[in-house]
Amino acid sequence: MADGGDVTEPAVTLAGVTKVFNRGTADELTALEDIDLDVAAGEFVSLIGPSGCGKSTLLRLIADLLPASAGQIEVFGKSAATARLDQDYGMAFQSAGLFDWRSVAANIELPLELMGWSKADRAARSAEMLSLVKLDDFGGRYPRQLSGGMQQRVAIARALSFRPRLLLMDEPFGALDEMTREHMQNELLSIVAELDTTVVFVTHSISEAAFLSDRVVVLSPRPGRIHSVVDVPLGNRTAEVREHPEFFKKATEIREALRAVEAGA
Amino acid sequence: MSVAGRLRSLVPAVVVGAVLVGLWEGLVRLFDVQEFLLPRPSSIAASLAEQWSTTADTLGTVPLREAGLNTGVIAVTGLLFGVVLGVVLALIAVRFTRLGDAFTPFAVAINATPIVALAPIFNAWFGLTGSFSNQAVVLVVVFFPVFINTARGLTEVHPDQLELMRSYAASELTILRRVRIPNALPFFLTSLRIAAPLSVIAAIVAEYFGGPTSRLGPVITQNASFARYDAAWAAIVVASGIGLALFLLAVALEWLATPHGRIDQDRED
Repeated sequence: MADGGDVTEPAVTLAGVTKVFNRGTADELTALEDIDLDVAAGEFVSLIGPSGCGKSTLLRLIADLLPASAGQIEVFGKSAATARLDQDYGMAFQSAGLFDWRSVAANIELPLELMGWSKADRAARSAEMLSLVKLDDFGGRYPRQLSGGMQQRVAIARALSFRPRLLLMDEPFGALDEMTREHMQNELLSIVAELDTTVVFVTHSISEAAFLSDRVVVLSPRPGRIHSVVDVPLGNRTAEVREHPEFFKKATEIREALRAVEAGA
Repeated sequence: MSVAGRLRSLVPAVVVGAVLVGLWEGLVRLFDVQEFLLPRPSSIAASLAEQWSTTADTLGTVPLREAGLNTGVIAVTGLLFGVVLGVVLALIAVRFTRLGDAFTPFAVAINATPIVALAPIFNAWFGLTGSFSNQAVVLVVVFFPVFINTARGLTEVHPDQLELMRSYAASELTILRRVRIPNALPFFLTSLRIAAPLSVIAAIVAEYFGGPTSRLGPVITQNASFARYDAAWAAIVVASGIGLALFLLAVALEWLATPHGRIDQDRED
């Protein structure tokens, strides 16, 4: 969990990024307008905002799954497209997106398979990742045999199996119950700390954003703009942090920013 | 479910079947129903045993074993051609969406046509002596469910899974091989389960409209027209047997090919 000050090369740089859907038609929609944002290597940044603020769109622009209409996007100093082709990032979604017909281990190994890793190397890495997400004995199971939380852990293991330096997550814990969710948040932090991964995390949960992030970016809707950025210097995120007055203060700060956004300020 | 458990789950169906046949026999005897209206199961069984390998030569028909084999071959070959055509066209429709959009409406229109009504036309086109007229009816009947289901399985992939593959910089061909085809497999197997018994129905109805008399369709019509209802029923039993066998084959294939589909029972929580 770096605070960004001592790192030279940023992981993600967004400058004047704008996304317009259906440009020139009656359905024209400006999803994002003039977004400037730097994410330092090792940083955990959350994007939060009401629905329609373009937070998922922003994540897809960084991932080069959508082209930007204007502005510059760099990932580790390269264009987003080059970063995608170089597999510089891993991705996880709210639907774990696991392939039903592949065993848990085979799901984790899929990106490695596409990269042409040998069978032995793949097996070694998937075993390592399974252990990291505490599913050591589940490699031979099929996704449908796992609970929602376990599926999401497999999705994280898959996203990180090839050790990307950047992890992009779109509401990965949105479908989980509160207790499982908190548990997964703790695990995610220890995993990304161990692998030294930068994370950009889309959420609509205030407490989730406050607990996980070094910085929380609050977006306003239609068109999506950065309303404010809340620094969350809470140090090492132990379970006790959730009950710390400073944590509540930060959550309140985020909540007030969201209220201001909804009030149209 | 284990094989033994699976067999045990069949017991109620077997019992119900036996009871129904028993009731049929009993009621026909009790109310003294005329054999031409509804023969007794025991008469049908006797006729089946008698005609299995020999024939009542006055009608010029063939033994049921031979007729069943001929019809079975027509159903199975028509089924195979229909399945191959359905799968190939589904792959083309998904790969070249514009082409797919152009011919999918026609596939739907073909499905809305009562295809067996085309049997006399096919007889005129492909001739009455060979098998192709009958096979063509089976092919067209089988094609549609296979095409529609397989095409759905190939296209209805979760958008997150497609984005994931694109994040891995996977080509369209890789996505087809790694995601679309495995995703379509259960859809395809379901269509096969529908198409397998359908192929026998189509074959028999096509045979009613013409073709060599050495097939189950003509055996049924000829025996019925000479009031030999027990023999007609015996041929129907053979036809049902073929349909059931093909259906069970499709179910077995489904069970073997989708190990992940069998494990709904023991979800971890």
